[in-house]
Amino acid sequence: MGLAHIPPIHMEVLIMLRYFLRRIVFMIVTLFVIVSATFFLMRLAPGNPFTSEKQLPPEIQANLMAHYGLDQPWYVQYFDYLGKIVQWDFGPSFKYKGQTVNDLIASGFPISLQLGIEALIIAVFFGILLGVYAAMKQNKFGDYISVTIAVFGISVPSFIMAALLQYIFAIKLEWLPVATWESFKHTILPSVALAFMPLAYIARLTRSTMLEVFSNDYIKTAKSKGFSERIIVYRHALRNSLLPVVSYLGPLTANVITGSFVIEKIFGIPGLGAHFVQSITNRDYTVIMGVTAFYSIILLLSILIVDIIYGLIDPRIKVAVKKEG
Amino acid sequence: MKKRGSFLLVLLLLLGMILSACGGGSDKTGGESSKKSEGEAEAAKQELKVNIKTEPFSLNPGLANDTTSASVLRNTFDGLTRIGKDGKPENAIAEKVDVSDDGLVYTFTLRDAKWSNGDPVTAQDFEYAWKWALDPKNESQYAYQLYYIKNGTAANDPESGVSLDDVGVKAIDEKTLEVTLEQPTPYFLELTAFYTYFPVNSKIAQENPDWYKDAGEDYVSNGPFKMVSWEHRDKIVLEKNEQYWDKDNVKLEKVEMLMIEDVNTELSMFRKGELDWAGSPFSALPTDAIPKLKDEGILNIQPIAGVYWYKFNTEVEPLNNVNIRKALAYSINRQAIVDNITKAGQIPAMAAVPPSMFPENEKGFFNDNDIETAKEYLQKGLEELGYKDVSELPTITISYNTDEAHQKIAQAIQDMWKTNLGIETTLENEEWAVYIEKLHNGDYMVGRMGWLGDFNDPINFLELFRDKDGGNNDTRWENPEFKQLLINSQEEKDPEARLDMLKQAEQIFIDEMPVAPIYFYTNAWVQKENLNDVVISGLGDVQLKWAYVE
Repeated sequence: MGLAHIPPIHMEVLIMLRYFLRRIVFMIVTLFVIVSATFFLMRLAPGNPFTSEKQLPPEIQANLMAHYGLDQPWYVQYFDYLGKIVQWDFGPSFKYKGQTVNDLIASGFPISLQLGIEALIIAVFFGILLGVYAAMKQNKFGDYISVTIAVFGISVPSFIMAALLQYIFAIKLEWLPVATWESFKHTILPSVALAFMPLAYIARLTRSTMLEVFSNDYIKTAKSKGFSERIIVYRHALRNSLLPVVSYLGPLTANVITGSFVIEKIFGIPGLGAHFVQSITNRDYTVIMGVTAFYSIILLLSILIVDIIYGLIDPRIKVAVKKEG
Repeated sequence: MKKRGSFLLVLLLLLGMILSACGGGSDKTGGESSKKSEGEAEAAKQELKVNIKTEPFSLNPGLANDTTSASVLRNTFDGLTRIGKDGKPENAIAEKVDVSDDGLVYTFTLRDAKWSNGDPVTAQDFEYAWKWALDPKNESQYAYQLYYIKNGTAANDPESGVSLDDVGVKAIDEKTLEVTLEQPTPYFLELTAFYTYFPVNSKIAQENPDWYKDAGEDYVSNGPFKMVSWEHRDKIVLEKNEQYWDKDNVKLEKVEMLMIEDVNTELSMFRKGELDWAGSPFSALPTDAIPKLKDEGILNIQPIAGVYWYKFNTEVEPLNNVNIRKALAYSINRQAIVDNITKAGQIPAMAAVPPSMFPENEKGFFNDNDIETAKEYLQKGLEELGYKDVSELPTITISYNTDEAHQKIAQAIQDMWKTNLGIETTLENEEWAVYIEKLHNGDYMVGRMGWLGDFNDPINFLELFRDKDGGNNDTRWENPEFKQLLINSQEEKDPEARLDMLKQAEQIFIDEMPVAPIYFYTNAWVQKENLNDVVISGLGDVQLKWAYVE
């Protein structure tokens, strides 16, 4: 190959760069497909942003349609939209008069982000802890307890969990406020409610991979050498057991930091989550497009980051080497 | 190594969280108890905390078109008139109203009132606000509330060629406003209390077209309260407006309006004392909680001007037959529906106009659950349509938008029609916007709908059905006699005679039964016991102007 004269280290950097470039181009294409699909699906749905119980007189409907450019042929609207999205301008919201979609994202995202990060910390920390504990006590009482908690966490829907937490900690014990988003103590119940499902999932994931790793030869070797169990777990087993957790963290992070509709609704939190559901009911076209594009970007980015982290913690995988064969 | 470091970091963060949580917790209990004792000492802090459920659509009176915006605007603005404690319009910014003999020209003399920034409220402010809302380029969805004004409709239609200058509202001088109407409108002074008719500080609005988007120096109002902060989708804070002309009658110092979507959360907050009010008209109570609140004896129920009804598409067989429609309407057991499904003291509706406008409609035009009569009508209908037996009737589809309560009602009615008349039906539910579109397009057989009055006059509920193609008719029903009565009622100056005409029109409507009324809505809420004089009108609007904490 023509690159033969380049020293091997530079070569590796180049290959890395090429890999990233390819990933980014791929991201842009994916984004384009998502945005286009959303646009057309949205327009196929009956109704429009001005559909209401009290129907508007036709001349007012016409004014509104003209004002928002909804009277234009679909391809004009479509290319208009694409152009605006490239400039990161999603236009005005139909439902919240006087606020743009960018405003809605700018005010909602930091709140959902904070809530999401708190939930992630809880989920990852306690999830791994529970998983490791269960694996170490396999088929003992501790294991059963952990598995029960995990099954409970996965099968109880978040709205029930949220209501339960509210009932116990806010109404009965009066330790924490019922709802609203004001101080740190207001964030505790919603983050715990939000963390429960991923926590349970991470615990199960950690437990099963941990058990798998325990049965590997190198662990057996370490054991036979007489290392203490703690050292074996922390130094050898945990690192390898975490790989599936890390890959699960990608989509999970994207999901959790963009807000949960259910949790935010129950706790009265003005985050981003509500827009994903309500914008569709309201046929708030611009908000639908905006939050979809925003979510897609976050999702694609977190998957990319996870891939990078993967390369860093798994000695068997080198990003460049793996991808280039 | 790296991993271990991050592990430690996570641990630390968590520890910090737990610690601060505990710290926060104890802090809070301390704070709360001190607050309590403070409250007891002062006995009555004139503050109110309510939940308005959602972000208002817009707090520009010309743009608002929803009850949430209205609950804020009615307390921050003052129109020419205001609905008083007795439910009748009384003069507010208008000091004197003169009406011409033909009922077409209203001359309002304004009192010396001020905006919250000290500017005088002028006739120009009204003229500006109304014309602004009618200007097609401002895309006001409720501009049609101003269509009563001469050339209002035309000016709102860019195709008509009529300019805003031709609209019948004119500031003669600073304190005199002359309004010319399209046709006599006996309830015009009700309308001037409606938020689309509120004034806007024209000086500010002309300089800063974005004045209404946030709280701040440019957001000025002329009502009992002024808005001091607006955190979007989170909270609105109102404070007493010291510039208000009638400020001596305003007792509350501060009103906080939270926006919490979940009604269960709202009720929990009320129970915990974090809210002073839960339920209508600001928000709603969870249906499941209503029986318990009733048992506790703390539930308040008040009928409002709204009706829940089943519309018939009068162009499809067999619903094109009046006797079939009547059979269906008569055989519904409304009392059972309000007792077992809706549960908030709703009133069975055997009429179209709510009892708050026609008190005799509490009884209605026919008997609830009148199966014998229903069977007679069914027989007659079957004969007229040429069916030998009820089993030959085409299957009727009941449509509703996806919602638990609507579904239960539809299932109950399906069962009633089956057991009482032997009529087979199928149920069909759709997402809200899809449903509305189908109904407006006449693509349905029987469909649920609700109607809430905008102003306190029966015409509100009848004129929907004046024209076959009217935007909210949906039934495709039209009746020349009915239509003529409505048209004549506009010209009638004697209020008694006018109500009589409307009553006659309603009789025709019920005889023809293009809709089957089910029940009249109520407002249900719980409130702090020491809160007084929150005035809720027959329309279900809320005013805090006179409210106080004991």
